[in-house]
Amino acid sequence: MEHQGFFRKYVFSYDHKVIGIQYLVTAMVMAIVAGGLAVIIRTRLAWPGVGAKALPPEAYISFVTMHGTLMVFFVVSLALSGLANFLIPLQIGARDMAYPFLNMLSYWTIVPACLIMLASFFVQGGAAAAGWTAYPPLSAVKEAVPGSGLGQTLWLLGMAIFIFSFTMGGLNFLTTILNLRTRGMTMRRMPITMWGFLVATVLAILSFPPLTAAALMLLADRHLDTSFFVTDMLIGGKYRALGDGTPLLFQHLFWFLGHPEVYVLVLPCICMVFDILPVFTRRPIFGYRPSVYSMLVIGVLSMIVWGHHMFVTGMNPYVGKYFSIATVIITAPFSVLGVNLLASLWRARMRFATPMLFALAVISAVGLGGFGGLFLGTMTSDIYFHDTYFVVGHFHLMIGTVTLLSIFGATYFWFPKMFGRLMDERLGRWHFWLTAGPMITIFVLMHMQGLGGMVRRTYDPSIYGYNQMNSVLRLPITFLAFLLFAAQSIFLWNFTRSIFRGAKATANPWEATTLEWVAPSPPPHGNFGDVLPVVHRFAYEYSPGEGQADFVPQTVEKTA
Amino acid sequence: MTTMATTESRWSSGLSPFGMSWQKLMMWWFIVTDALLFAGFLGGYGFSRLGSENWPPAEKFFSLTYLTVMTFVLISSSATMACAVAAARAGDRAAVAKFTGYTMLGGIGFLGMQVYEWAHFISQGGRPWAVPEGLDARFGSYFFLVTGFHGTHVLIGVLILLVVMLRARAGRFTANGVEVAGLYWHFVDLVWVFIFGCFYLI
Repeated sequence: MEHQGFFRKYVFSYDHKVIGIQYLVTAMVMAIVAGGLAVIIRTRLAWPGVGAKALPPEAYISFVTMHGTLMVFFVVSLALSGLANFLIPLQIGARDMAYPFLNMLSYWTIVPACLIMLASFFVQGGAAAAGWTAYPPLSAVKEAVPGSGLGQTLWLLGMAIFIFSFTMGGLNFLTTILNLRTRGMTMRRMPITMWGFLVATVLAILSFPPLTAAALMLLADRHLDTSFFVTDMLIGGKYRALGDGTPLLFQHLFWFLGHPEVYVLVLPCICMVFDILPVFTRRPIFGYRPSVYSMLVIGVLSMIVWGHHMFVTGMNPYVGKYFSIATVIITAPFSVLGVNLLASLWRARMRFATPMLFALAVISAVGLGGFGGLFLGTMTSDIYFHDTYFVVGHFHLMIGTVTLLSIFGATYFWFPKMFGRLMDERLGRWHFWLTAGPMITIFVLMHMQGLGGMVRRTYDPSIYGYNQMNSVLRLPITFLAFLLFAAQSIFLWNFTRSIFRGAKATANPWEATTLEWVAPSPPPHGNFGDVLPVVHRFAYEYSPGEGQADFVPQTVEKTA
Repeated sequence: MTTMATTESRWSSGLSPFGMSWQKLMMWWFIVTDALLFAGFLGGYGFSRLGSENWPPAEKFFSLTYLTVMTFVLISSSATMACAVAAARAGDRAAVAKFTGYTMLGGIGFLGMQVYEWAHFISQGGRPWAVPEGLDARFGSYFFLVTGFHGTHVLIGVLILLVVMLRARAGRFTANGVEVAGLYWHFVDLVWVFIFGCFYLI
């Protein structure tokens, strides 16, 4: 290996491992911003009426918008891109991604997207304020709210660049998983995380382009006076003849992406938990093939249920009924995943390390989040719950708690492979209890608030009399949110310190079977030395039988 | 579970399940994602048109004969592209350069006709935000957006072909590379067929 300069090696690197870590660190930085916004939002809700000058309603709604946008697209999506980058070549036994240059390009395209999003806070009118869904007319008419000005334009620009980058990354993930598997690594021997990223990437590649189309049409509405999504309406008390369009079209295009996006985020996270579990239960995971088939079914179904986000738009009730039934059908394959997660614990010989704690918390979050989904997928109950904190609690459990806890677990788990050192176990436990506890409690309590009728996106909920009951829960949720945010400093400290001072890790510190643990920690450029490993067995051979080793790595040849 | 049999299928490993290079596989997936982008546009077009009360008939502004010639030019360039791919497989350097040249000409001819088409519509009062006689303005919006977007794709295709041609002249081409460029070109042509159908025929 020839010597590489600092920039080649750490900044404009082609190496998938470096790019993966770059993605992860970028996601952490964005998470601090997005989490900080959440703290501001909670402060506002806990003490309405106090400090109205420091945070006027326009700024509040813009913070809510940016919190959602950053968390979904710039924290969870980026962290998953990072883990995918890091894990895909290592777990399938490849030296790098199929097209390393494109991989580097996809990271360096995401950086300007992040900067544009952050810069939008400082332009006139502030950041976008039309919600993370960017519904017109708020997002289409520049005079609607202050954030509808330059802030919204920058938002659209940032999203377009994000999608561009995500597509480049996705093409690489797909091609690599399909084409670059090492000898013996059949599809059915792949660690299930690879299936998760495969299904998620296909979904992303199919569902993102219509949003690109919608974003371009929205830009035209804003700057070329077209009327794709706007119609004649009253704005600020004045009648404006804007054309014959309909905001409904935007909602269709947005949710055609929006719903599959949930599975783009959740499926890899559940799969990473599947990969963490067997290492700490010393048992093979339960139902590998049913889980894979279920994911494929979920993938197909997720593309045809987007209308359940739009039950209250006045769509034809028959159409609503279809979307309702299709949505509830997803429960079946999703329950298979949930039950398989639980059954993987059967007869376990548990080792309670930090990654395992996070994995267990994810299982409970999947159950809680999925349960709320039943009520929102059914049209009859959704009409009541729509736009309440029930929805907020539900989606935060699924694409907030499930994903973040799983990403934390994965970070603790694969950290030794990334940096050759272990993260501190004691700090890890503190971080786990102070993260999983508040997180799950907050979002379950929000379901209660929603049942009581508390509406979303409200600057001052106390203006509605019926919200008195909910004010009981407002303060506890806010204090838990403070605690949750503060607890992340433990993680940041642990992460940074362990890179330099952590205990040295061996190549296989967790005694795991999959390919990445065959490579040295951290793996050199090219991952596996001179000869690529050859795979001889299934990914999860733990406790294979009496009188045999506790675990058998995938590279061990079968004896007769 | 632990005694899963190794299947000697294409899907096993060490070779592509679809029997193609990663470049070609990546291009196919790119085509899928780009097709969905156009599907988004055309889906929106259908949604708006079906809900409109005064959608202008296309023959009011455009000559179907002219458009048929335009379409013929583009489809013919697909045929010359196929010849270029065949020549690349046979390793015939001069033929690759010649046929990609013809294909480029087809693309440029199509773009020129597109420009005339735009100028013609604009001279009649068509704008992205308006259509003459108070007809539904979204007709103009979709027309400029979708044909403009497709035109950009053709332009990018012409640039890719230019690179392929120059490389072929210099003798630095692979059959695989020409074929991947060809895939993109055929896709751009195919999309035009859908746009032609949606905007002018129906």
